[in-house]
Amino acid sequence: MSMTDVRTTTAVVVGRVEEIPMGEGRAFVAGGEQIAVFRLRDGSLHATQAACPHAGGPLADGQTDGNVLVCPLHLYAYRWSDGAATGGTTPIRVFPVRDVDGEVVVEV
Amino acid sequence: MTAVLGGRPEGLTVLNLGDDEFDTRSRLVVVGNGMAGARFVEEVLERGGGDQFRITVFGDEPHGNYNRIMLSPVLAGEEHEDDIVLNSHDWYADNGVNLRAGVRADRIDTAAKLVYAADGTATAYDHLVLATGSYSFVPPMKGVRADDGGLLPGVYGFRTIDETRAMLAATGSCKRAVVMGGGLLGLEAARALQGHGVHVELVHAAPYLMNVQLDPEAGAILKKSVESLGIAVHLDVFATEVIGTDRVRGVGLADGRQIEADLLVVAAGVRPHTDIGVRSGLEVERGIVVDDQLRTDDPDIYAIGECAQHRGEVYGLVAPAWEHATVLADVLTGTEPTAEYHGSRTATKLKVAGVDVAVMGINTPERDDDEFLVISEPRRGVHLSVVIRDDKLIGATLLGDTRKVAFLTQAFDRGAPLPEERIRLLVDLSDGAEEVGVAEMPGDSQVCNCNGVTKQTICDNVAGGSSSVGEVMDRTRAGKGCGSCKSLVKQIVEWAADGDVPEDPSESWYVPGIPMAKPELMAAIREQDLRSVSAVFGALAPDGQEDAKSKMGLTSLLRMIWGTEYVQENDAKFINDRVHANIQRDGTFSVVPQMKGGVTTPAQLRKIAEVAEKYEVPMVKVTGGQRIDLLGVRKEDLPAMWDDLGMPSGYAYGKSFRTVKTCVGSDFCRFGLGDSTQLGIDLETRFQGIESPAKMKLAVVGCPRNCAEAYVKDVGVVAIGNGQWEIYVGGAAGASVRKGDLLATVSSPEEVLTLTGRFMQYYRENANWLERTYDFVPRVGLDRLKQVLLEDSEGILADLDAGMQRSIDAYVDPWGQDGRQPATPGQFRTSLPMVDLPKAPVR
Repeated sequence: MSMTDVRTTTAVVVGRVEEIPMGEGRAFVAGGEQIAVFRLRDGSLHATQAACPHAGGPLADGQTDGNVLVCPLHLYAYRWSDGAATGGTTPIRVFPVRDVDGEVVVEV
Repeated sequence: MTAVLGGRPEGLTVLNLGDDEFDTRSRLVVVGNGMAGARFVEEVLERGGGDQFRITVFGDEPHGNYNRIMLSPVLAGEEHEDDIVLNSHDWYADNGVNLRAGVRADRIDTAAKLVYAADGTATAYDHLVLATGSYSFVPPMKGVRADDGGLLPGVYGFRTIDETRAMLAATGSCKRAVVMGGGLLGLEAARALQGHGVHVELVHAAPYLMNVQLDPEAGAILKKSVESLGIAVHLDVFATEVIGTDRVRGVGLADGRQIEADLLVVAAGVRPHTDIGVRSGLEVERGIVVDDQLRTDDPDIYAIGECAQHRGEVYGLVAPAWEHATVLADVLTGTEPTAEYHGSRTATKLKVAGVDVAVMGINTPERDDDEFLVISEPRRGVHLSVVIRDDKLIGATLLGDTRKVAFLTQAFDRGAPLPEERIRLLVDLSDGAEEVGVAEMPGDSQVCNCNGVTKQTICDNVAGGSSSVGEVMDRTRAGKGCGSCKSLVKQIVEWAADGDVPEDPSESWYVPGIPMAKPELMAAIREQDLRSVSAVFGALAPDGQEDAKSKMGLTSLLRMIWGTEYVQENDAKFINDRVHANIQRDGTFSVVPQMKGGVTTPAQLRKIAEVAEKYEVPMVKVTGGQRIDLLGVRKEDLPAMWDDLGMPSGYAYGKSFRTVKTCVGSDFCRFGLGDSTQLGIDLETRFQGIESPAKMKLAVVGCPRNCAEAYVKDVGVVAIGNGQWEIYVGGAAGASVRKGDLLATVSSPEEVLTLTGRFMQYYRENANWLERTYDFVPRVGLDRLKQVLLEDSEGILADLDAGMQRSIDAYVDPWGQDGRQPATPGQFRTSLPMVDLPKAPVR
């Protein structure tokens, strides 16, 4: 029985990089968690929670640039760097994600 | 009739456990469950008083707490009584407040600190608050009371919901009513009864109506307005006798006249309910006398609302009562033990008998050097006056026109500086009117209705350091909904910053991410041969940085410029354009097949019905654009559904040409002057799917009866007979409503097609991103549009025609295109398969 609160992460392969078109996002399930993974035009990968905290919008359907992700429902924008909302509302969770030999690996 | 307002369902009773011996909270007893008493309890609870006090509320009436101010609309049948409940019995129970509804408190033993009630109980208190309000004053009249001392049947006060119910019931059988009293309440009662078809006569003892609030001149104007409603008004005369023994038959006046009536409403003023104070030995004058902490001469007893007399004043309005409640809650809960009430400056705005009235302070000058300005327009029913002393507004009366009330209230309450030209207090002079308008708006008035942003929030944001309109809009979300308030937001920001807003260059940019106005941007795109959105960012954006919120606008622009030669990038499109459907709040989509001119066939309808059943579409809805909307479709079902439908996309999701509404025109309609249906179909066939800076909705009507609303469309075409068609542009009937401007009258459907195409192309090339035609047309100016589009003043008509033709040639039905072969991997994969979303209701 652990007396301390230890958070562990698990690395999960959710799919292949080419499943995500440039600049777009796709939704995956990783460790029972719903995740949206994005591949930006600079090649970088980003993973966030899948539902917008504002009204549950599908973030994987959002638009992206180098700094932010924009939810399609009400255009709330969230920064990749820390998940903060540019309008100061509830932030989103971001997850570490990397490309391992063409596979998308998310840590949840 | 006897239902308890705000009561609990029958059979439910509150279990009263009585005093808990172990409860250490002190006992707070409130006598009176009206506007003041209940508000006070709310204020106490809001300050965490539920932990400090065991609260008991005595209410004379059996009901929960209701909004007494709204009794007039209830009597008029404009409001339902259930809608005026403020706090139901459940609310009291939920908040641990013991409500003794229907129990009158009779007497206080101030030494033993007990409240004796009519039901024989004695309730102990540590703090006692009297909020007994007032009662209808019934002047002495012969025969007004029955033998038992109650009012003669057919005579009513107008104070409680029970009286209101009784009057409402009586309107069914009564034909003639007399209302006694020409004050606010009397006028409202008269108007309400008259609305039920009862013949109403109003008897008022003073020489003019609303004599407490108005001056004689304004009162006379009000009388005219009231009489024009069909209400007879008798002034300067007392009613001395009620005729009838078993019930009201008529009213006798002091001058000997008799008025036949089967209903008498007594609204001759109210008197503070002070009985309990008198019986209990408290100091009572006109009201129960209180100090600046609302305390009576007994240190543990307080009085608030209409029963209280503070510094010689007894108030009959709700605002002071609520101020009392706030101050006393501060004091008793210890939130602010030294809080004090120093009296209210009463300003009221109301609608009496259908006339807008606002009054504050005094209504006539009192000193020689008081300034007094009056504007009187009896014919219009308008009377406005202000009284100014030492450069401060000390009184205002507005009758029939209360547009200036916001500014005047501010000036009255806070002593705000007054304009040098006093007349500006009462009317807007044409110069600088806009600036004045913004300054006058009260802080709590809502500017952005979509996102609920008030003027104050915007001002605070400016004070907090936002220096541009765009920054304020980003931070507050004002103007980020439908966008119709943007110009107002801009004015407020400029006003709040004292005009010290740096010129925001980005305002003129087509999209925020590329620092160029539209013509410059278009030239650069052509010159550098930029055919994709990423190419535009790479070449023209600062540091080549892409910008998410600019992508959609650039996609639209590139498609217009390049037609078929545009290089598609799906990530540069909004989700709607990626999947050719409109995203809904729950992440599903809506599918609207094309239905040109709103004309369909049995076969088409059958097909739509089959598809709707096959895909279990939760809602099928006829749209405002004369089409059929299949709502709640899963993203992954879209391609198969299009395939099954076999119909082209209706483009109900894009910033593009949407639809052409038509009426049945000359084929069937006996009034039709032109074949509007065919012309609508032709327009839609020619311009289907054309992308544009914002959506374009069109309509064609066969006569000026305008059944398909052509006057309020981006382009509206109206047949006026003899083969002539009028073309209106820049109309709107959404968040903004605007009648279109008549661009031209032409004599053939072909000319309609040509000119519509030229207008739309000019709009596509010159409008800012998301600028609807209703903003674009006034910005460019109708005269200029006519010169360019009708006289070819810029020599661009051939280019406009060619540009439009290029887009028309590039048209491909997106459903046919992407349905078989997805444009990107997972184009139609769901984005939310397992998360619970706010479900749109299924009908």
